[in-house]
Amino acid sequence: MLLRARFRIRLTYDIDAGHTMLWACLLLPHLALDGVLRRHPTPHLPLVLVGGPQQRRVLLDVNEAASNAGLHPGQSLNAAHAILQHFIAIDHDPRLDERMRRFLAAFAYRYSSMVSLEGDDAIVLEVEASLSLFGPWPQFEARLREDLNALGFQHRIAMAPTPLGACVLAIAQDGMAISEDEHLRNALGRMPVSLSRLPEKIITALNATGIRQLKQLFALPRDALARRFTPALLSHLDRMTGVQSDPRELYRPPDVFEEHIELNYDIEHHPALLFPIKRLVNDLAAYLAGRDGGVQRFIIALEHENFPDTHITVGLLSAERDGARLFDLAKSRLEHTTIPEPVRGLRLIARELPPFVPAGRDLFDERPALALPWEALRDRFRARLGSDAVYQLNLHPDPRPEKTLRITPQLKKEPEVLLLPPRPTWLLDHPIPLRDYDLRILSGPERIESGWWDGGDVRRDYYVVQTSQGQRAWAFQPAGVNDGAWMLHGWFA
Amino acid sequence: MGQVLALDSLLQDRRIWRGNTPTALSNNALATGHADLDDALPSNGWMEASLTEILIAHDGIGELSLVLPILAKLSQQQKPIVLIAPPYRPYAPAWQNSGVRLSQLHVIHAQPKEALWAMEQALRSGSCGAVLGWPMKADDKSLRRLQVAAETGHTLGFAFRSISAESNPSPAPVRLSLKGTASTPELRLIKCRGANAPARAISYSPHLRH
Repeated sequence: MLLRARFRIRLTYDIDAGHTMLWACLLLPHLALDGVLRRHPTPHLPLVLVGGPQQRRVLLDVNEAASNAGLHPGQSLNAAHAILQHFIAIDHDPRLDERMRRFLAAFAYRYSSMVSLEGDDAIVLEVEASLSLFGPWPQFEARLREDLNALGFQHRIAMAPTPLGACVLAIAQDGMAISEDEHLRNALGRMPVSLSRLPEKIITALNATGIRQLKQLFALPRDALARRFTPALLSHLDRMTGVQSDPRELYRPPDVFEEHIELNYDIEHHPALLFPIKRLVNDLAAYLAGRDGGVQRFIIALEHENFPDTHITVGLLSAERDGARLFDLAKSRLEHTTIPEPVRGLRLIARELPPFVPAGRDLFDERPALALPWEALRDRFRARLGSDAVYQLNLHPDPRPEKTLRITPQLKKEPEVLLLPPRPTWLLDHPIPLRDYDLRILSGPERIESGWWDGGDVRRDYYVVQTSQGQRAWAFQPAGVNDGAWMLHGWFA
Repeated sequence: MGQVLALDSLLQDRRIWRGNTPTALSNNALATGHADLDDALPSNGWMEASLTEILIAHDGIGELSLVLPILAKLSQQQKPIVLIAPPYRPYAPAWQNSGVRLSQLHVIHAQPKEALWAMEQALRSGSCGAVLGWPMKADDKSLRRLQVAAETGHTLGFAFRSISAESNPSPAPVRLSLKGTASTPELRLIKCRGANAPARAISYSPHLRH
């Protein structure tokens, strides 16, 4: 039987020759708790996650402070209250877990195109193809750990040629890495059956028959095992050891980013909102990096108890994905928003997710170390001063001076040169009377007569005049009139 | 004083005052476009990475013509030109006529309080070719900030202020004053780092090109 198994190993190896796979498993033993803690303002105070029926509430998980105080998972809520007077109890929300899993899959997608969810608490990703990009495994692993720490998730990581194998290793020992089928089989053989991720019922049955280690299970005749238990057991073992391939449903990133934070308390002031918003924006940045995209516009919706949501829209002129920069923009928008009622929850929705094109930079560009690209600076101005405060000037061939200028948020290409008689460098938005005792006419008149068809009728004689102060002005009188009632329209500055 | 410094670099830094013999730099990329002004400035052109203060008696006496040549040059090198809180609308046809590329010209509308912030940001960012600002309420301290920002971002900065600030001390390395007269405006160099400011007015005729 063993011979046959070996033969099979050879066979799959031959089929897969050329592209062996290596899978990393990110095991998240405290996914639910971490999902809550990372958004909590006081994660250092004792906090527990509670579940179970109303009559018998049980602690599902406890944070470090609570654990130090003597609370532990599995305890009843009443017992916990007897031990510790003050702690925060939060109801376990399976929907949050699901969102966290999706989010972490999106995060892992940054490192591999083959990402799959494994059970409730693990994510597996194929890393062999990514090693050339992210360096040898120890370096790659360090990078994954660093990112997960930054996102606030406790984790265990292991690598093996099969996804299931990697999971079992991760449960047994953090940081294990095996790249050969043979070694994996040996390593798995030493593991207790209880870690094998087999259904609870089968594990109990196996233990009852005296089978404690996987190697005992491997040594048993296969057909007998299939008869005694289900064929699914064999299939599970084969997928774990790599005898059988393990087809998986792969994660595909969604095209919309939507994240929600439920606050368990009311927030009335801006500064207190910054922390949850920072979390949301950082999650958005992680998601964007995963799909190698940027965001052009996103909405932060502040939810109120009995008031319609307050929407903060952050729009950018060019796609961006840097978390710090996005947060900067969101922060300055927030400062200009009035909050009508205490905030109960927050949502971040990003639908406009265009491809991100990093700005081209010259290798020998001599720029200061802390340089900020113009696009980012412009968005910073727009965020603080308002979207209309930053503009460019476009030309429009209209004889009326005030209609020649067109204000546009962004000028894509250089406008055609307008051939005009001398024009001032400053233009007044509205002409004002120009009074001067010693006005000298330098040139003119230039008659501008237009607009009778659109109601903006203009009939003026323009002159370049010099005031007694030495200023050079562009002033006009009504066409044909010469009564000295000058209207100032611009300065030749 | 164990440090040994080359004399050349010290002199070129213009941190040393040299009386009446300005250090001549050839091929200056920041030439003002006005020959007499270039001669008067110790850097033979606008002083790079610093703030230049232009004090004007009235609007419309040639204050923009002073800077238009350098703006045209920088914008043609695809460097953004940023105008912060200008007193009037920049009339694009005239700017274009002076050689400024409108696609590089950006106007920022800001309240006086925000204008200083915006100017500092733009100077510090290092992404702009030149930053022109019309700060209404600028004191010694805020000008100092602008000067430091211009040095950090290695950007050319111009602050246009009223001539009433002429007697106030200012940290800007170059200060010019412009007064209108019946004939041509009177341009004076009040201060320039690294040399004596000339006592006489600099001949300047901004309106020849019209």
